[in-house]
Amino acid sequence: MNQSIRSAWLAAVAMFALIFGAISYVQVVGADELNDNPWNQRAVLADYCKDRGAIIVAGKPIAESVAGDETCSFQRKYTQPELYAGITGYFSRTYGASGLEQELRDELAGSSDQLFLDRISQVFLGRQAKGASVELTLDPAIQKLAYDLIPDGQRGSIVVTNPKTGAIIAMASKPSYDPNLIATHDVAKEQSSFEELNKVRGINLNQSVSGPTGALLAPGSVFKLIDTAAALNSGKYNKDSDLPNPASMPLPGSSASLPNYAGGNCYTRTTADFAFALEQSCNTPFASIALDLGQQAIADQARKFGFGQDFGDQLKLQSAVSVFPDDLDDASLAQSAVGQRDVKATPLQIAMMTAAIANGGVQMKPNLIKTVRAPDLRVISEPEPEVLRNSTSAAISRQITEWMTGVVSEGIGRGAAIPGVQVAGKTGTAQLGDSGLNNSWFTGFAPANDPQVAVTIVIEGVDVTTGAQLTSPNAKKIFEAVLNK
Amino acid sequence: MIKADTAPKPRRNVELALLVLALAVGIGASAMVDLNSETPFDSDFWFQSILLAVAAFAFHVVLRIRAKYADPVILPIVVALNGLGLALIHRMDGPGDDTGNNQLRWTLIAVAVAITAIWFLKDHRILRRFTFISLAASALLLVLPLVPGISAGEVLGASVWIRLGPMTFQPGEIAKITLAIFFAGYLSSNRDLILLAGRKIGPLQFPRFKDMGPMITAWLVSIGVLVFQRDLGSSVLFFGLFIVMIYVATSRISWVVIGLALILGGGFVASRIFSHVGFRLDSWWNAFTPEVYDRFPGGSRQIVQGLFGMADGGLVGTGLGQGRPDLVPFANSDMIIALIGEELGLIGLFAVVLLYLLLFTRGFRAALGTRDAFGKLLACGLSFAIALQCFVVIGGVTRLIPLTGLTTPFLAAGGSSLLANWIIVGLLLMISHTARSPIDTTPMTDASSEAVKQP
Repeated sequence: MNQSIRSAWLAAVAMFALIFGAISYVQVVGADELNDNPWNQRAVLADYCKDRGAIIVAGKPIAESVAGDETCSFQRKYTQPELYAGITGYFSRTYGASGLEQELRDELAGSSDQLFLDRISQVFLGRQAKGASVELTLDPAIQKLAYDLIPDGQRGSIVVTNPKTGAIIAMASKPSYDPNLIATHDVAKEQSSFEELNKVRGINLNQSVSGPTGALLAPGSVFKLIDTAAALNSGKYNKDSDLPNPASMPLPGSSASLPNYAGGNCYTRTTADFAFALEQSCNTPFASIALDLGQQAIADQARKFGFGQDFGDQLKLQSAVSVFPDDLDDASLAQSAVGQRDVKATPLQIAMMTAAIANGGVQMKPNLIKTVRAPDLRVISEPEPEVLRNSTSAAISRQITEWMTGVVSEGIGRGAAIPGVQVAGKTGTAQLGDSGLNNSWFTGFAPANDPQVAVTIVIEGVDVTTGAQLTSPNAKKIFEAVLNK
Repeated sequence: MIKADTAPKPRRNVELALLVLALAVGIGASAMVDLNSETPFDSDFWFQSILLAVAAFAFHVVLRIRAKYADPVILPIVVALNGLGLALIHRMDGPGDDTGNNQLRWTLIAVAVAITAIWFLKDHRILRRFTFISLAASALLLVLPLVPGISAGEVLGASVWIRLGPMTFQPGEIAKITLAIFFAGYLSSNRDLILLAGRKIGPLQFPRFKDMGPMITAWLVSIGVLVFQRDLGSSVLFFGLFIVMIYVATSRISWVVIGLALILGGGFVASRIFSHVGFRLDSWWNAFTPEVYDRFPGGSRQIVQGLFGMADGGLVGTGLGQGRPDLVPFANSDMIIALIGEELGLIGLFAVVLLYLLLFTRGFRAALGTRDAFGKLLACGLSFAIALQCFVVIGGVTRLIPLTGLTTPFLAAGGSSLLANWIIVGLLLMISHTARSPIDTTPMTDASSEAVKQP
């Protein structure tokens, strides 16, 4: 019997040999593949409870990691949640991250290459790894002002930049939300909040589909600045050119027609120069320019201002690409030339267009990051202003600036005028179908001769009167706030 | 049999030293878990550590008195495993959870029962008289979970629980022991008959059909457990136990061939007929298919999450309390092996598996040493049951074989399993005591007649 006991023991040992093999496979040989599996939350969760770096505005954290509960030693906290939600994004167990929380994950979690030596020393000192903190270019007072200027219940965005550096001074949008609701460690609450928020139209949960960087909107008349640049660039037109200005022009190959803006003084002249056409925002002169130059010229100029392109590598937010289509028939081209129909732009794109005009035709990379600092406050990155692209010539931008100054001093952008300061601007009212509602725009900069600040405001889905009240006068308030600092 | 120069030694002091080491492992693990909690070294920690130590030393003292030649390695191994289990279960307890304290209560009960068994039984051979009573007891224990009134109903797809007042209990765990006693008793009495008769086909000598009675019984019990209790793991365990014991009794490989044929045939049919068996196979083979992963119940989420945990642990583990085993369903019971892999790493898990290897090896050693066929068969069966149970559990967690609902001996949360396994340890210690004691010349009747007088 003892021989068979030994055999039985050998069988048991053989089973254990298989177990040792299986454990080695799972924990060593196949471990990398398992760790990379998309169902494996451990990588996300490894960061989730870490002491992530803070996101800082003017020395005060707007997102920081504070002591958590027993399941998670750190909790992400947003101190002015609604005001900055579109920029910080959220940091969630179930839904991952968005905004800067997502795009700067390596820096904030302390796992970027620049922090390699810090990680090593933290291991030896037995300290919990800590992430880098990120200071933003935003001005908290302007951010707050911009946010408050968008009435609750409206959908809208405001972008304030320094056209010379590309630095973003304020970038606000509504409707906003409280990212703390989604960053909570209470999974049930987190999920119900997210589902609830997701139902709100236009909410800036995802920077690539809504808010200043993601909402693709009809730009309306602010697009006429691109037509103007294209016209001057073509050599066919100059500052004194006489443009046809019929009250309405038939759209080629279609029974419809394109009327002039009814509210202004366009009807007083049948021909117009650029100054008048821009001041009163007449449609037919620009439609005829587009038909004259052809769609390629307009599309090329739009591309130079950033349509169909990204915002460069300093923004650190996901964004949508603005569109000027390249397969238009003449009717569509005429309508697209006045910012209707198939042309779509993000508020940030319009802000960048204006900034390029303000900066002598040179578009700077939009930039949100002032400094990234290691836990020991050592600066590990400090983005310098960089040129994104040349949009137009200095001469053309000077000329357009002059006409934009007229829009505010004499034309329909008067609401933005500031005594003693030359303000350049352009309004836009993009009709949304036959609803009677519009996207109401203002984009401009001041002072016109030495631009310090560019402001772009869009309020979506409002009637003409409301739109006029919420754009140019509010731009004035922001100009004053920045210039009086 | 005894070699001239190796007079038997009790080796109880070796056991005492090893026991201190084992307690250091268990209490040390507890301390590490406690350091990570909000209230380090609170009364719970001291309570748990002291009670575990008291139980271990009480067992040791009883062995000194009643079974002083018992194997000195078995008790320390089991104390180390049990202590580690307590620490890990405590680690998984959230606020308000009482699983850790419940496991401690059951540890004390189990140790008390094992001590009592050793104290009063003294000699395992007495159990041979209960061969057929054990069979009846096994049948009763296996039927209990299906009896309305005391059945705890279907829990996670299996009906293996009964309710006794406030407690639930898995009688099948005890049936493992009673079945082993029955098989050992029956086979030690009838092995000559089974051995002599039979037909030779090729190199294998097959038994007569009428001698296959016990085999058929065991097979039917296993199939019954599978069909009525929907418990694949126990079914495999019972049948494996029987095959090994009949193989050891007869030394005929033909039994193993027949047994494996029966189990494969039965398993194949079961997987076709019963959805729970089919799901188990599917969750194993297609674990990484999205539909299988998301299926509930019967999906592969548990096993896949367990694998993620083990992969994350890697060679050295994340450290106790540093991993995320909360992502793995049942991390303190069915998936406790994955928890060890995650937090203690490959090295820690290998150490635990080696402890099991050592444990069943000492059991087989006792089987070799003892002189009576009943004791040999019982020790062999119980040791193999421990090995097979570990293989089924760890193989399931590592996706070597389909995952089934067996418990990891001494580690996993669960009172019935703890009780059954401590009783097995008591029996193995008693058998090893007779195997190693020098009382060859003493008439065997002494021991048994004394025991009969006991109430």
